[in-house]
Amino acid sequence: MRTALLTLTAVTLVGFSPLLAAPVSYKIPEETAAFRPGADLDVVRNNCTACHSADYINTQPRGPRFKKDFWQAEVTKMIKVYGAPIDEADVGKIVDYLAATY
Amino acid sequence: MLDRRQLLMRAGLAAVATGTGAFRAFALDSVTLPFDNGERPLVKYPQKRPMIGLTSRPPQLETPFAIFNDGAVTPNNAFFVRYHLADLPYDTIDPDTFTLEVKGKVDRPLKLSLKEIRKLKAVELVAVNQCSGNSRGFFEPRVAGGQLGNGAMGNARWRGVPLKVVLDMAGVQAGARQVTFNGMDGPVSDKTPDFVKALDIDHARDGEVMLAYGMNGDDLPFLNGFPLRLVVPGFYGTYWVKHLNEITVIDGVFDGFWMKTAYRIPDTPCNCVEPGTAPKATIPINRFTVRSFVTSIADGARLKAGQIRLKGIAFDGGTGIKEVAVSIDGGKTWIPAKLGKDLGKYSFREWTLPVKLAAGASEIKVRATSNGGDTQPMEPRWNPAGYLRNVVETVRVTAA
Repeated sequence: MRTALLTLTAVTLVGFSPLLAAPVSYKIPEETAAFRPGADLDVVRNNCTACHSADYINTQPRGPRFKKDFWQAEVTKMIKVYGAPIDEADVGKIVDYLAATY
Repeated sequence: MLDRRQLLMRAGLAAVATGTGAFRAFALDSVTLPFDNGERPLVKYPQKRPMIGLTSRPPQLETPFAIFNDGAVTPNNAFFVRYHLADLPYDTIDPDTFTLEVKGKVDRPLKLSLKEIRKLKAVELVAVNQCSGNSRGFFEPRVAGGQLGNGAMGNARWRGVPLKVVLDMAGVQAGARQVTFNGMDGPVSDKTPDFVKALDIDHARDGEVMLAYGMNGDDLPFLNGFPLRLVVPGFYGTYWVKHLNEITVIDGVFDGFWMKTAYRIPDTPCNCVEPGTAPKATIPINRFTVRSFVTSIADGARLKAGQIRLKGIAFDGGTGIKEVAVSIDGGKTWIPAKLGKDLGKYSFREWTLPVKLAAGASEIKVRATSNGGDTQPMEPRWNPAGYLRNVVETVRVTAA
C-alpha cells in the first residue's frame, strides 16, 4: 500500500516513473482539440474520434483545393487504408461536414 | 486493439466527453507557424518542455525552432515526437520484463531482456533524426498530412548496441533479404495496418544501425521510444521504430502498408515531380537530403545595422557537411561559413559567420554542400507526400 502511494505520488509529480515500481506509467495531458460546430457533428465524432483527435483535421491546408474532393479522398483513405468502420450512409455526411467546416 | 463494436463504443465515449467539456484545453500559449492555418498550441507533456502541438491523439510534438540555436545536440526534453497510431503503451512497459524478440530466418531465435541488451558492449553515435514530412507545411501547392514547420528534427547522442551484434547472435540464415521492425505501439482498430518497417539485410547488418536505449546520457524519453528504439543513421525517422520489441528476418521484400504504400518518394533522379502531378513510379523513402538553417535570427527580425554573427546548423544523409555558404544579398554572392566542431557525419554541424548588415532589408540565405557532393536547390522540389524538403532557406531581416 505504501509502495502504491509512493508510486502514485511520483507519477503525479513527474508523470513518468521508470525507476519505481513497474510497469511505468506515462500520463498524457487531456486532449485539447475539438471539432468545430456544424451539421452532422455527432456523425463525425462517432466515426472519427475513436482513432484520432480532431486536430488531425483542423490543421490541414485550407482553400479551394481543399474542399469536397480533398475530404472525400481523406474519408475514403480512412475506410480503405485504415479500416475505419464507417457506414455507407455516413460517408456523405462526414464529407459535407468537413468541406463546409474546414 | 479494438474490434468494430468496441471502436464505436469508444467513439461514443469520446463524443460525450468532448460534449461535456471534459477534454479541457491544455494549451499554455500558442505559436503561429509561417504558413496558412499554422496556429498551434504550445503543449506540456511529461519529460518535455513546452512543445508545438500538432496532434494530441496520438501525440505529435514539434520542437520550437529557437532551440536549435542552443547547441548541436537537441535536449531530450525538446526532441520532436511523431506517432502514427493511437494505441500507445502508456501503462504497459515494464523495464524488468520487457523483451526484444528476434525471430524469422535465424538459427537461434532470441528473447532478450533490457538487462541482457544493456550488458552487451555499448556503442555511441551522434545522429540526426528527422521526420520524412518535416517542413511539409511549406510545400506549394500544399499537400495533405502533418502540417509541420521545420522543427520535426533533432540531433542526439544515441547509446545502444549495433543491430548487427544481435542479428549475429541469432544467426541470420542464408537467403535472408530484409529485416522487419515492430514496436509496442499499434493501431486502435484491428483493421488498421500495424506500424512495421523494413530494412534490407545488408543495411541492417552495416554495424551502424543501432538498438538504442540511451539518448544524451539518459534513458530514452517515453515519447521517443522508451525503453528501446531503432536508430537508422542518415535515414528518415520513419525507420526509427520506437518501443521496439519485435525483429523478424525475412527472405522476401516486406509488403506491409507502411513500406509498400506509405512513405514512398518519386523514382526520378531528383525524387521530385512537377508540382501538383503524380509520380509514375515510387521507391521507399531513404536517406535525408542535405539541409541547412540559420538559427540565430528568425525570419522577419529587426536588427541593428552593422556587424552581427550569424549561426546555424547543417546536416545530410550521412556523408557529412563539406561546406556551408551564406548570402546576405538574396543569393547574388556567397561567403563560406566557418564550420563548428565535427560530431560525426550523421550529426548536425554548426556553422558561424560574421557579416556586416547594411541598413534596410536583407535576404539571408544559407546553402550546404555535403561531402557526397549534393547541395541544396534554390527552388523547392515537390512530391505529393511532402517529403525531402531541402530548398535553400531564406531569412528576411530589416536592419536600422
